[in-house]
Amino acid sequence: MTQPPRPLPIVHDDEQVGIHRQRAPQRSAEAQRDRLHHLAPPGTFADAVDAAGQALLARSPRTLQLNLGKLCNQRCHHCHVDAGPERTEVMGDEIVDHALHLLDCQAGFDTLDLTGGAPELHPRFEEIVRRARAADVAVMDRCNLTILTAPRFHHLPRFLADHEVEVVASLPATSSDRTDAQRGDGVFEKSIEALQALNAVGYGQSPRLVLTLVSNPAGAFLPASEAVLEADFKAALKRNHDVDFTRLIALTNMPISRFLDFLDERGTTDKYLRKLVGAFNGATVDGLMCRSTLSVGWDGHLYDCDFNQMLEIPEEHRRSILDLTTVDDIRALSGRRLQTDVHCFGCTAGQGSSCGGAIANSNALAHPSI
Amino acid sequence: MRDHSYYDAADLERFGDVGKNVPDLAKKFFDYYGAVFQAGALSEREKALIALAVAHALPCAYCIDAYATSCLEKGANLDQMTEAVHVATAIKGGSALVHGVQMRQHVEKASM
Repeated sequence: MTQPPRPLPIVHDDEQVGIHRQRAPQRSAEAQRDRLHHLAPPGTFADAVDAAGQALLARSPRTLQLNLGKLCNQRCHHCHVDAGPERTEVMGDEIVDHALHLLDCQAGFDTLDLTGGAPELHPRFEEIVRRARAADVAVMDRCNLTILTAPRFHHLPRFLADHEVEVVASLPATSSDRTDAQRGDGVFEKSIEALQALNAVGYGQSPRLVLTLVSNPAGAFLPASEAVLEADFKAALKRNHDVDFTRLIALTNMPISRFLDFLDERGTTDKYLRKLVGAFNGATVDGLMCRSTLSVGWDGHLYDCDFNQMLEIPEEHRRSILDLTTVDDIRALSGRRLQTDVHCFGCTAGQGSSCGGAIANSNALAHPSI
Repeated sequence: MRDHSYYDAADLERFGDVGKNVPDLAKKFFDYYGAVFQAGALSEREKALIALAVAHALPCAYCIDAYATSCLEKGANLDQMTEAVHVATAIKGGSALVHGVQMRQHVEKASM
C-alpha cells in the first residue's frame, strides 16, 4: 500500500538564528558556471591536474554523503547550498530507503556523511543514524550547532553521543564579530551554547565522541594553517568559554553560490580565482574527497562532491542512487572519471581543502600576492 | 584602460616579471624572500605582522595589500593587525620626535 507523503519539515520562527535579510534570488547553476568560465576556461583545472602528473579517477567509494535537503534555520553569507528556512527541497522516503538499503548491503561504505541544510531537520534524521550505526557504518553529522539549541532538538547531543556520531560543526572564528558577520547575528553565542551542551555529554572529552570544528575564512582569502588555527581555537575557546573539541579542519571558500555573489559584489571574483589558481598544489590531488566519496543530492542524483551538486555537474554517467541496486553497481563506480571545473581550484589551493580539511603542506608562494 | 597613476594593484601579481632580466639575481632574491617568511624562531604569523608594520612605515602600497592578506591567511585578526600598524606609527613618530633633541641642541648652540 502506498504511504501518503510526509508533510514537509519546517523551521519555526523561534528556531531561526541570525536571519536578518531577505533571501536574494540565487543565480542558476548554469549562470554560476558561465560566470566562472568567463574568467577561466572549463578545462583549466583538468590541465593543471595533468601538468602535475596526476589523474582524477575515482577510487572505490568509502563515504556515502547524503544531502538531506536545503532546509536550514540559518542563512549564512557563504553558504554554497543556498540553504535557508524557506527551502522546501528535502530528501524523500524512496531515496532515504534506498540509501539505507545500500548501507545494509555492506557495499564498501564505511562512513555516512549527513549534510544539508541542517540535516537534523530531516524528519528521518534519527532513524537514518540508527540504521547506519546498526549496519556498522560510522556517521558524520555536519551540524550548524545552533539547531541544537532549539527546544525540540535539545535531546540531540545525548542521542548523537549514544550513537557515537562524529559531530562536524561549523565555527569560522573564536569571536562573535567574525562568526556573526558570516553566519548571522547571534550565531556565535548560540554556537557556544551548543558546544557546551556537546561537551556536557562527553564530546571533545572522550576519544569515542569526536567533535570536529570547521573553520572557513571570513572573506576572500585562503585559510590559515590548520595546525595553527587549531591551537588558536583550543586556547581561545577553553579560556573564554570552557569549551573543548577534538580537532579543527580548515576549508577554503568555494567561488560558487552566495560566496560568488559576495565576490562579485566586491569586484574581487577575478582576483580570488587567480589566487586559487596560483596556489594550485598538485600534492593535494591524491587526497581530494571526491576520490572516495559518492555524493547524493536531495533528489537522489549522484555527484562527485557536494560542490558539483550545487553547480549541477552530475557524475560521469548521470545516474541516480536508484540506479545502484547491487554491490557490483557500487564497485563499478571505481575508476569513473571525476567531473571537474574551475571551482575545483578551491580544493587544491595551498594546503588543500576537502571535507576532511587540509590535505597537504602548503606550497609557499615565492613572492607576496594579494 | 589603464590610467597613468604610478600604482596599479594588479602590478603586484607581475612582481615575478622583474626576473625576466637578470634572472639569476631575481632567483636569489625570491629564494631568500621565501625563506625569510618560513616559520623559524618567529612564527609565520609574527613575520607577516612585522611585514605589515614595515609596509606601513615605508609606506608601500603593494606591501600593505599583500601583507594585509597574508596576515589574514596566517590567522591574525584585525586587532592584531591594527596594533602592528600602531607599532609602525609609534616608531615613525618617535623617530621624528627624537630628532627634537638635535633641534634643541642646535638651538642651544645658536642661542645666547
